[in-house]
Amino acid sequence: MIQMMAILLQAQSRPPAAQSDAPIFGYIPIIIFFLIAVLLPVVLLGVSRLLHRRVFEREKLMPYECGIDPIGDARERFSVRFYIVAMLFLVFDVEVVFLFPWAVIYDKLALFGLVEMLIFIGILVVGYYYAWRKGALEWA
Amino acid sequence: MTTDQLLEWTIKIGVIFFILLTTVAYLSYVERRVAGWIQLRVGPNRVGPFGLLQPLADGLKFIFKEDIIPREASKWLYLIAPAAAIIPALMSFIVIPFGSSVTLFGREITLHVTRFDVALLYILGVGSVGVYGVMLAGWSSNNKYSLLGGLRSSAQMISYELSLGASIVGVLLVAGSLDLVTIVEAQGATSGYWLGFIPKWNIFLQPIGFIIFFLSAMAETNRVPFDLPEAEAELVAGYFTEYSSMKFAMFFMSEYFHLITVTSMATTLYFGGWNGPFIAEYPFLSLVYFVLKVFIFIFIFMWIRFTMPRFRYDQLMALGWKVLLPASILNLIVTATVILFVN
Repeated sequence: MIQMMAILLQAQSRPPAAQSDAPIFGYIPIIIFFLIAVLLPVVLLGVSRLLHRRVFEREKLMPYECGIDPIGDARERFSVRFYIVAMLFLVFDVEVVFLFPWAVIYDKLALFGLVEMLIFIGILVVGYYYAWRKGALEWA
Repeated sequence: MTTDQLLEWTIKIGVIFFILLTTVAYLSYVERRVAGWIQLRVGPNRVGPFGLLQPLADGLKFIFKEDIIPREASKWLYLIAPAAAIIPALMSFIVIPFGSSVTLFGREITLHVTRFDVALLYILGVGSVGVYGVMLAGWSSNNKYSLLGGLRSSAQMISYELSLGASIVGVLLVAGSLDLVTIVEAQGATSGYWLGFIPKWNIFLQPIGFIIFFLSAMAETNRVPFDLPEAEAELVAGYFTEYSSMKFAMFFMSEYFHLITVTSMATTLYFGGWNGPFIAEYPFLSLVYFVLKVFIFIFIFMWIRFTMPRFRYDQLMALGWKVLLPASILNLIVTATVILFVN
């Protein structure tokens, strides 16, 4: 499998690293698009506000709870698992973000880059193993 | 930067905006027709020929429906949430190259709105901002179902974002660039073929990476079998339970925008983007190839939706954290090692 991949990779002429000649103003369309994108919800909500009909009733404005009167407040305590997931996400997302620039210039880093990244991933794997053993990944 | 350039951008953005909106409207129609077809039902067929005017009727209905804001909701957050969901969903499409370049009105026009060096990072970044809309909606509604749906949804989206990002790194190692135009061009006919006929698409170099990407993308768009956030049997409608009228429509639309974005990304990163036979002679064909590939993917997504049962939440999290994340990291290490030995 690995050998096959190696052959396939060899056959592919590698394109030069990002040499996009687009200067900084390649970002300007983002601003234009953002302005148009902001207009969309404004227009949609505006039109619907002008045209919709309103019939106010007390029951209608209550939070939906299968037709009965809501019991207690909705903002109660929830499972601590969600916090753990958020924390783990932070750690690993930062890792992935580090991997992006590394992958782009991997050509030039060669062996140094590989060893460096193995050490980096190795440290994270230790943390990952610890989290797994501690049961942070279980959802029971 | 000239006025010409500015005008070109604005026109392109306008056209894309219009096409995206129309596509999303018709995807809701296509989805129901496909559902009908798979489940041996008819699907919408009353409004216009073959029910083709159904999206228009739906739109009108959404506009005229009463817009209810629950008494105990946080008004501002409740109002901002749909906008916070739909704006990022729209914006990620801007860097996708949907064709090579064509000559129109005696002017060469590249079929992508813009390109810059960190396009892929931009898509991932803007895509993650979409989570805020979901969280805000779940929190501000002051409804138990909404809160649970919002929590589940955000936990799911951030979990699968990891494997999504890590699986893309494999493509980056092969392509050596974050610029989507460069990535597509590297998969083109100019790079030659393997064995004389197999195009140099990244799918052949990164099959495992693609599977991870595909599963994560399905989870990111909250579609069956990963539609836990709105699991209607348990959570009514998940984070948008309390939403009605146009605000509901905006959540609905943003999900379809996400669907279009991830299928375009799959096409661009793994299936050669707009590449295909005869594009050198007829550049317009590139647009056709791109749309065709994207729609095949969308059809597969719909097919899966109406064929698969839903995961349980613990299974979902276990798949993301214990299978896809390690697999994507492993895929990355193997790819990096192979590349090192080949060069």
